[in-house]
Order: sequence, then structure tokens, then C-alpha cells
Amino acid sequence: MKTSHAGWVFVTPALFMIAVFFLLPVLAALGLSLTDFDIYALARLDNLRFVGGGNYLRLLQTPLFWKALGNTLFFVLVGVPLSIAVSLMAALLLHSAVARGKAIFRTALFAPVVTTLVAVAVIWNYLLHTRYGLINDLLGRIGIPPINWLGDPRWAMPAIILFAVWKNFGFNMVIFLAALQSIPEELYEAARIEGATALQQLRFVTLPSLAPTLVLVSILTMAGYFQLFAEPYVMTQGGPLQSTTSVLYFMYEEGFKWWNLGSASAVAFLLFLLMFAVTLVQSFALRRWSEP
Amino acid sequence: MRLRSRAILVNAALLAAAAISLGPLVWMVSVSFMAPGEASNTPAPLLPRAATLENYRQLFAQTGMGRSFANSLFLATAATLLALVFNVSAGYAFAKLRFAGRERIFRLLLGALIIPGQVAMIPLFLLLKQMGLVNTYLGVLLPSVASIFGIFLVRQYALSIPDELLEAGRIDGAGELRLFWSIVLPSLSPILVTLAIFTFLGSWNDFLWPLIVLTDDDRHTLPVALASLTREHVQDSELMMAGGVITVLPVLVLFLVLQRYYIQGLLAGSIKG
Repeated sequence: MKTSHAGWVFVTPALFMIAVFFLLPVLAALGLSLTDFDIYALARLDNLRFVGGGNYLRLLQTPLFWKALGNTLFFVLVGVPLSIAVSLMAALLLHSAVARGKAIFRTALFAPVVTTLVAVAVIWNYLLHTRYGLINDLLGRIGIPPINWLGDPRWAMPAIILFAVWKNFGFNMVIFLAALQSIPEELYEAARIEGATALQQLRFVTLPSLAPTLVLVSILTMAGYFQLFAEPYVMTQGGPLQSTTSVLYFMYEEGFKWWNLGSASAVAFLLFLLMFAVTLVQSFALRRWSEP
Repeated sequence: MRLRSRAILVNAALLAAAAISLGPLVWMVSVSFMAPGEASNTPAPLLPRAATLENYRQLFAQTGMGRSFANSLFLATAATLLALVFNVSAGYAFAKLRFAGRERIFRLLLGALIIPGQVAMIPLFLLLKQMGLVNTYLGVLLPSVASIFGIFLVRQYALSIPDELLEAGRIDGAGELRLFWSIVLPSLSPILVTLAIFTFLGSWNDFLWPLIVLTDDDRHTLPVALASLTREHVQDSELMMAGGVITVLPVLVLFLVLQRYYIQGLLAGSIKG
């Protein structure tokens, strides 16, 4: 077997699977989003009609779609910065020269990342319970009256953000930690010789050195946060008053509860376009920061 | 003295952070041993009055979670083995074997990384329905056996295999398959572990796709079964915490044992170059 043949033999199985079970469906989603594929078409393909941009136009006139989009953007715009801030603080603490037992602390802070989302969402449902929950219990001790976290439309999304930050911060923390370890010690020495305080070292040495990592981490985190689904599915079923219905939750209900698969494909595509646009802006920032 | 007080401050903050990140998990284990209804007291008790295994017994005897556990174990193991076969051979070929169009195909794959999996889900469901694979384990597995991320991970690592080593093997008359089996695979072993743990955790923790594909209760995976348990048994928090423990414990233990490989993969994957 020549090596050029061998190359094809080795890549073809994987490429075939990716083509059939990923790339082809992505293209099909675009086609499907231009049809009225629903439960009747599921029974008989004859019932399928081409509707052009009809699904998209109707979605843009559906209040629940806008609500889901607004909820998702709220989740991204509040959740991502909070998540990154917590990750960075945890990484700075772990990186500190005076920190003891670093390996153990790193493992402890990372543990929530590998847990099963549905299972830990169940725990948080109880931690956030209005009457029995530990969180309201603790707040009560400092005189804050109980909050109906998951039952009050104003608090349900913030509660889910709190949970998501707890679940995810360890992931970025590890990436930040690796970046912190690669900052040359001489930079800090030079800063100290010039009389920079710890805070000034953070501002003028650490943060600028972390800039490319910051952008990278925000791209990864944002991509993840746009895909909010299991949290509202388990914790709130999209409620109360649809305050936690995310775009993906909306797609799931549209597709697999009401079987409007054409319309659901349009939702998936709009979400993709939005994520693509945001990623494009961020990669542009990444390139500008990475180049000297 | 200032250094001393700073050390105390930093370590206290770390201790508090660790308590917040582990607290809910420890509390879950504690509640899973409580008698029915005990967790619904105010103030919420931290430890069971008299630890009991009743919730675990009920979980396996009445809710079918034992079956779901077996399903999850089977699916995650099968997904891991399949992912190793497909991604490792492709990753190695992209790194070390020359063939026409290699660079272009690889760039195309990397570009496709930004497409979220959910875009493919609805046509994928219709495709599997055509193939008669809805509500089968194969339907859960097929879309995940080859992953762009997995191929990328293996390729990055395989680039470091010296060409001379492969050439020496070829001169000695070894065929490409033989070369792959006796030289490439052994030198890739650390990244095989990394890929395996990523795939296993990913499959075990996956929720949306099994929820869509598997319709029968007795084929459900643990996350799907747990989600429907919470909808049916809203009041039985102790039972649900036991369900949470058997869902989370296997992946947590796996991570603790192999965390070096996991973190390595996380860093390799995040620094896409």
C-alpha cells in the first residue's frame, strides 16, 4: 500500500461519518428551513411544501421567539462576563505564590465542570427553593427576606446564571492558569524595580499579557452560553411566564413538541447566524490583540 | 508580616471558593442518605439524622434507574471505543500521511468547528427516522463516533512523531497498517487516554440528543431518566439526590483518576492554532 493510498484509507471512515451525520444535515437544515415540514409531512412526504422565507418571516413576528432571543442574549451578556471574571479571580488566587495545596484546590474548583448538568441542576433546584433552600436560609441570616428564585420571572434567569457560573468557571480557570504560568517572571521583576504595586502589576503586566487568552476564552464561553437548554428544561421548563425560554428551548418545543420541523430548522439557523456574527467580531479582536 | 497576612487571605479565599464549588455536591451525597421528607425542614439539615440506604434501594427497585445506568454505561463505552477507532486513524493521517487535498480538507473541517451541533439535529432526526434508527442505541451513537475536535486533538499530538521513525519502519518492510499498529499507536497512547476520557464524559453527560432520539423509558440514559424523575417525583428530594449521586459519581471518579490527561486535552483543545 502506497502512503498516499494509506492516507485515504485512514481518513475516509471518519470523513464519511462527518459528512453523512454532520455536514449533510447542516446543509439539509438550510433546505428544511425553507419548507413547512410538520407532523403531516412526517407521515407523508407529499404534504411537504416549499415556503421560501415564510418560516423566517413568521418567526420574526412571533413574540415568543423574540422573548427567547432576549432571554438568551441576557444569559450571554450577563453570564459570560460574570463567568470570565470568576474564572480569572480563581486562577489569580491559584497562581498566587502564597497559595498552599494548589493541586487539591485546582481539582476542587474544577470538579463542577465534569459533573452531569441535569444532576447538578437538580441539586440547585433545592438550593434555590424558596422555603427549604440553603441559599434563602443563608440570606435570611443576614436579614434578606426569602427570594422566590425559580418562581419569580425577575429572578429565574439570574438564578440560572448563578448556577451556570458555578458549573462552568473551572473550565476557563484552567486555561487562564496555563496562560498565567507562561508570563515571563522578568516582566514582573522589571515592574517591581520601577516600584509598581501588586495592583499595578495586575493592571500593566498580567492583564495585557492575558489579552489574547481573554478573547479566546470569551469566544469559547459565548458559544457555550448561546446553547442554553438543559438548565431551563430541568429547572423551570422555560417558565415562569416564559422568562427562561431560551432560543434552543424554543427550537426543541417547536420541533419535538409541536413537530414544526421546518420552523424549528429556521430557529436553529438564526441562532447559528447570530453566533457566527459574534464569533467573527471576536476573532477579529483576537487577531488584532495577538499581533504585536 | 505583610506577606503572612496576604497568605492567610489568599488561602482563606481559596478555601471559601472550594466550599462553594464542592458544597452542593457534598450536600447532594448527604441528602441522598436522609429519610423521606427530612430535607424539607427549615432550616435545611446538613447531615442525615440516621443515614439510610432506602433511597438507593427504592431508586433501583422502583424507578428503573438501574436500567438507565446500564444504558449510559454501555453507550458511553461504545461511543469511546468507536471514537478512538475513527478519530485516531484520521488524526494520524492528517498529521503524517501525504495525500492529495489533505490541507484543504483539514481547513474545511476546522472551519466547520464553529457550526453548533444543534443546527444538524432536526435533519439528523429525519435521516435516522428514514433509516429506522430512531429509538435505537445506534441512533444515539452514529452522529458522535467521528468528531472534528477529536481528529484535531490527535493530529496536534501526532505531528510530534518523528518522520524518521516511520521511514525506518517502512524501510524495514512494514506495511502502513503494521506501522500504525506497532509504532504510531504506542507513541500516541497519552492522547488516546485524553480522547477516551473526553468522549466518555461527553457521552455520559449528553442530554439533548438522547432526549430526542430515545423515546422508550427503558432505553433512556441517566440524565434523561433523572430529568423525567424530577418531573414525576417533585416532592421526593432525597430520592432525586440519590439519582444525582449515581449519575455524577462515575464521571467524577473517572476525572479524579485521569485528570492529568483531561486537563492536557482541555489546554490542547482551547489553544487552536
